[in-house]
Amino acid sequence: MLEHYDILETIQMLKEEHLDIRTVTMGISLLDCAHEDIDVFCQRIYDKITKSAEFLVPRACDIEKKYGIPIINKRVAVTPISVAAAACKSSDYAKIAATLDRAAATLGINFIGGYSALVHGGFTNSDRKLLASIPEALSTTNCVCSSVNVATSRSGINMDAVAMMGHIIKDTAALTADRDSIGCAKLVVFANAPEDNPFMAGAFHGVGQPERVINVGVSGPGVVRSAVARAGDCSLSELADIIKKTAFKVTRMGQMVAHDAAQALGVPYGIVDLSLAPTPAIGDSVAHILEEMGLETCGTHGTTACLAMLNDAVKKGGMFASSFVGGLSGAFIPVSEDAGMIDAARGGVLTLDKLEAMTAVCSVGLDMIAVPGDTPAETLSGIIADEISIGQVNHKTTAARLIPVVGKGVGEEAEFGGLLGSAPIMPVHPQSCARFIQRGGRIPAPTTALKN
Amino acid sequence: MKAVITVVGADRVGIIAKVSNKCLACNVNILDITQHVVDEYFTMTMVVDTAASTIPFTELVDTMTELGKEMGLVIHTMHEDIFNFMHKI
Repeated sequence: MLEHYDILETIQMLKEEHLDIRTVTMGISLLDCAHEDIDVFCQRIYDKITKSAEFLVPRACDIEKKYGIPIINKRVAVTPISVAAAACKSSDYAKIAATLDRAAATLGINFIGGYSALVHGGFTNSDRKLLASIPEALSTTNCVCSSVNVATSRSGINMDAVAMMGHIIKDTAALTADRDSIGCAKLVVFANAPEDNPFMAGAFHGVGQPERVINVGVSGPGVVRSAVARAGDCSLSELADIIKKTAFKVTRMGQMVAHDAAQALGVPYGIVDLSLAPTPAIGDSVAHILEEMGLETCGTHGTTACLAMLNDAVKKGGMFASSFVGGLSGAFIPVSEDAGMIDAARGGVLTLDKLEAMTAVCSVGLDMIAVPGDTPAETLSGIIADEISIGQVNHKTTAARLIPVVGKGVGEEAEFGGLLGSAPIMPVHPQSCARFIQRGGRIPAPTTALKN
Repeated sequence: MKAVITVVGADRVGIIAKVSNKCLACNVNILDITQHVVDEYFTMTMVVDTAASTIPFTELVDTMTELGKEMGLVIHTMHEDIFNFMHKI
């Protein structure tokens, strides 16, 4: 029996509080496309991607119409290219990126993830080729997203890779300097990267995944904020319960759409990622949830505690709502993609150091952080190393998506447009960590890795 | 297949009649109606059966939306699963 009140509540979530399905992402294995001739490999991956996801966009649009729930993005994630292309003799991996871009255009999707390498234990020859090609690949394509996993809790941290990524980010920024270094907005450095993350830029189809899979990301920061606002001045115990119940309802939408999409496309359902993912639109901000919880401005004292509670309540509610939960599944704090974060950073209240603390208790990491264009590569590597260490020691996923905006400094802003939003340039510490980064080598896995 | 039609807006004469007539025209059977008027603000939810509908569901959605615009109201037509999934375990 459907209650009148429940129906109106659902309508309000969808029509006024920005409840939506953030992404339906099809993961596609490219492991059977291997060939030593890179042109043959490129043709094979183009054919497999476009055939596998041929109906992704139309079927997703049908589901939107059927349920009246917006599906904002339809995307594809592939096997990390450094793995899929390992047999290729050529070093011209940018050609593979161009092929992925062409496949994305054919399908009508806005991002394709998986231009990736997993180097947490060390580098293969293919890994080195892929890393070297990243700046060119990201500056000459529109839709391709790249990620590099430099650490796991069991392997330790590949600090040679961390050092390289500082330079790769600088080179990518330089090659896209005319567009506020937007290439770096499509590049993520990970610790403990998940194999089934549906969100960009870090999505790839892990090697333990099946031939194809449907993973769904939901989003409802606006819904959660409204629920918190309606709760008034209740205790934190009550607030945690309200957030949990709200997260249940939001994630149920993801479960429903995931099931429908999997059935419509004849592809197994993988996971629902229950992350609270903001957009720059008004009313769709995670920072505003934290402020509604009782902070004058996000970034002040108490922010980490609020975020920890929010993240935990979202997970508890979301877990009950879906058969399989995976991906990143927590609260996102991307600075350029959240209206509240943008304001707090602009006002100097939300700093890089505070964001780093916040990443210890939520899911994504230092995300969409614009820093001065003259930031040294070693400093970028130091910021990455800090973030990766938090993930490695705490057995969680952390990531860094840093954008040194060429030609801009503190007090200025980078404009990326669309869902990527705009970001105030944030200051970094001028004192150097170059000697630490230049040592190279590997940081061993922590004691907590020995669980056997 | 069941759907839920919700109507929200300023109260006026003939809302239920017009929406019901549109359902009749499409051979959509009305199973349940709940309706309130509070301070001249009208809300109605209708549970309907579209199994024998003469038009596709997506067209019914658009037809009802247009009817709402004509009357200065907001009409949403949604598959019942969305409500079942969200509010039931």
